[in-house]
Amino acid sequence: MGHRIGMEVSIAVSHAVQLARAEAIAAYPITPQTHIVEHLSSLVANGDLEAEFITVESEHSAMSASIGSAAAGARTYTATSSQGLALMNEILFITSAMRLPIVMTVANRALSGPLSIWNDHGDIMAARDIGWIQIFVENGQEAFDHSIMAFKIAEDHRVVMPTIVNLDGFILTHVVEAHEMMDQETVDRFLPPLKPYHVLDPQKPVTMGAFAMPELFTECKMAHQMALTNAHGPILEVWKEWGELTGRHYKPVETYRTEGAKVLLLIMGSLAEVAETAVDAMREQGMPVGLVRIRLWRPFPFAELRQALAGADLVVICDRALSLGGAAGPVLAEVRSALYPLAHKPQTLGYAIGLGGRDVQPVDFEKLVKHAQAEAKQPSQEFYYYGVRG
Amino acid sequence: MEKFGFANSTKFDTYASRMMPREEFFTSGHRSCQGCGEALAVRWACKAIGKDTIIAHATGCMEIVSSAMPQTAWMHPWIHVAFENTSAVASGIEAALKVLERKGKLKGPMPKVVAMGGDGGTSDIGLQSLSGALERGHNFTYICWDNEAYMNTGIQRSSATPFGAMTTTSPPGKKSYGQHTWKKDMVAIAVAHGIPYVATASPGYLFDLYFKVKKAVETPGPAYIHVLSVCPTGWRSATDLSVRLARLATETAVFPLFEVVDGKYRLTVQPPQIRPVRDYMKPQGRFRHLRDPEVEFIQKQTEARYKLLLEKCQAPFPEFSPVHVPEGI
Repeated sequence: MGHRIGMEVSIAVSHAVQLARAEAIAAYPITPQTHIVEHLSSLVANGDLEAEFITVESEHSAMSASIGSAAAGARTYTATSSQGLALMNEILFITSAMRLPIVMTVANRALSGPLSIWNDHGDIMAARDIGWIQIFVENGQEAFDHSIMAFKIAEDHRVVMPTIVNLDGFILTHVVEAHEMMDQETVDRFLPPLKPYHVLDPQKPVTMGAFAMPELFTECKMAHQMALTNAHGPILEVWKEWGELTGRHYKPVETYRTEGAKVLLLIMGSLAEVAETAVDAMREQGMPVGLVRIRLWRPFPFAELRQALAGADLVVICDRALSLGGAAGPVLAEVRSALYPLAHKPQTLGYAIGLGGRDVQPVDFEKLVKHAQAEAKQPSQEFYYYGVRG
Repeated sequence: MEKFGFANSTKFDTYASRMMPREEFFTSGHRSCQGCGEALAVRWACKAIGKDTIIAHATGCMEIVSSAMPQTAWMHPWIHVAFENTSAVASGIEAALKVLERKGKLKGPMPKVVAMGGDGGTSDIGLQSLSGALERGHNFTYICWDNEAYMNTGIQRSSATPFGAMTTTSPPGKKSYGQHTWKKDMVAIAVAHGIPYVATASPGYLFDLYFKVKKAVETPGPAYIHVLSVCPTGWRSATDLSVRLARLATETAVFPLFEVVDGKYRLTVQPPQIRPVRDYMKPQGRFRHLRDPEVEFIQKQTEARYKLLLEKCQAPFPEFSPVHVPEGI
């Protein structure tokens, strides 16, 4: 077991990347991701991490340079937020289609406009379909753990897929928490050096990024979808190995006090910890309320989610982003879609909450659940906006 | 550059075709148009680049004619990602090679890194990533294949399209004489980054092109080469005239061949006398609509620009003071 150290979560993430021995880091400054790459930059400058830090001129180039370094066989890491992720968008699809095992931290932040540097999931939900593995964490320890595990998952020769670890901007990145750190030897044993599945090598030249005519395009896309779906098994294996190593076990869908719960709150990211406090309070009041959080967003854990929601009458889905003009909540749409084929399914109501850094406290979840219970008899809206003015 | 013996490139002038490498790195079977001057330039550039090289290529004509899955015309390890980012991709490759070499993970010799793109991918959409990569000083060579418009998408104007040229988005009409802007000076932009090697080259002068590419890839730090790539499809010219047109571009001083080594300009091909631009423009349908006043304007502009270039070549001081950070500081 490692020792517990209090530090900012961003610093813990950069130490995780250092322990993972990342070799190429291309990053562009954007709030609230900056502390991670600033610290990595100083680790490289001090010789504490043998890596190349590429100070690119944009996030578009950050992801492009990451493709270059991963294709040349270096373990590659980057981090971004919000507008940066949006600027990368074009390249994100190509990264996963080229099957390059890059690891990226997304310090989740609202997308403009209006401009907001504060936390919600608008950035990553706009990049929902990029074909990467996407994981959400809810505290600093999880951010640290998953930043190391992500490399092992991405580089597994059964997976070979870029991986995003989502952590809430400011709410997590700028908070000081106690982290149980790992020593280098243990991490080295867990995460051996990268063995690239395919690499640009003059000794064995290959063409990467060839274009596909209609006769091959669908096959390429289907292969990508199958590869991403099939990553589910290896992800669980890596998490299991980590659990045995550290005692910290992770699951694609996690539950809190769901025994006998008739109403389930469903949340992703750091707000789940706030909701736990609310669930405790509601349980004390005798309300049969539990909490479900989705950790593995892509590949989507259909089976685990259906199982977790099976016993409930009402699932209250908390979205931290909007799918404008459509189902409004991207998580709501996903969960409803997963439940739809079932003969017996719980009722689902969707709420937008905590957009653009709007503070959410435990009492808000209590109010929200009471509102949802009242609405459940006869929903008056397709989608609800919690705490909105006017 | 001195230590590489390139300060004076006269030793290359004695080369003969039988001394050129026979090995092909850009192979036959690709799908470029008949008479493609660009494909000829790519083939010879790849010979000059030689083995132990990794190439990053932007989306564009040369990418699309050469890499239809599951075929490839490239014998080098080659990567295409998107249109505007090939310099960034090359930056990543170069950085990875450096760290892998430091960690003793490279099996063979340190590969050279070359990025390539068309005029759109270089002077328009890719200018930002190119500027970033040149400024950061990556050890790579960027080669721009300039066919003076977006030929791959159907001959739309770019910032590299010459004044007066007809394209599908700069059509001549009752109120237009075609392209109404002068060609963007990419070489000056590259020189302004203070990089050690910048040159123009042309498939009409293959030895000149060959040596310049060789110098560029062997120069430590960033190098930029701008290649005029005759395009019969977009220029509306006869397919058997491509090499002739490339030579005429230089003989009329429309596209002079020179290099800038550590900021010092040098003309590498000096036509005995400069021919009128009309000789170059006449065989090209894209200039057919131009009237005398426009042609005269082009003539005057071309002469003025050539004069400035010759002055730069004769200048005793380099265009910029090259920054070579001494080792050990």
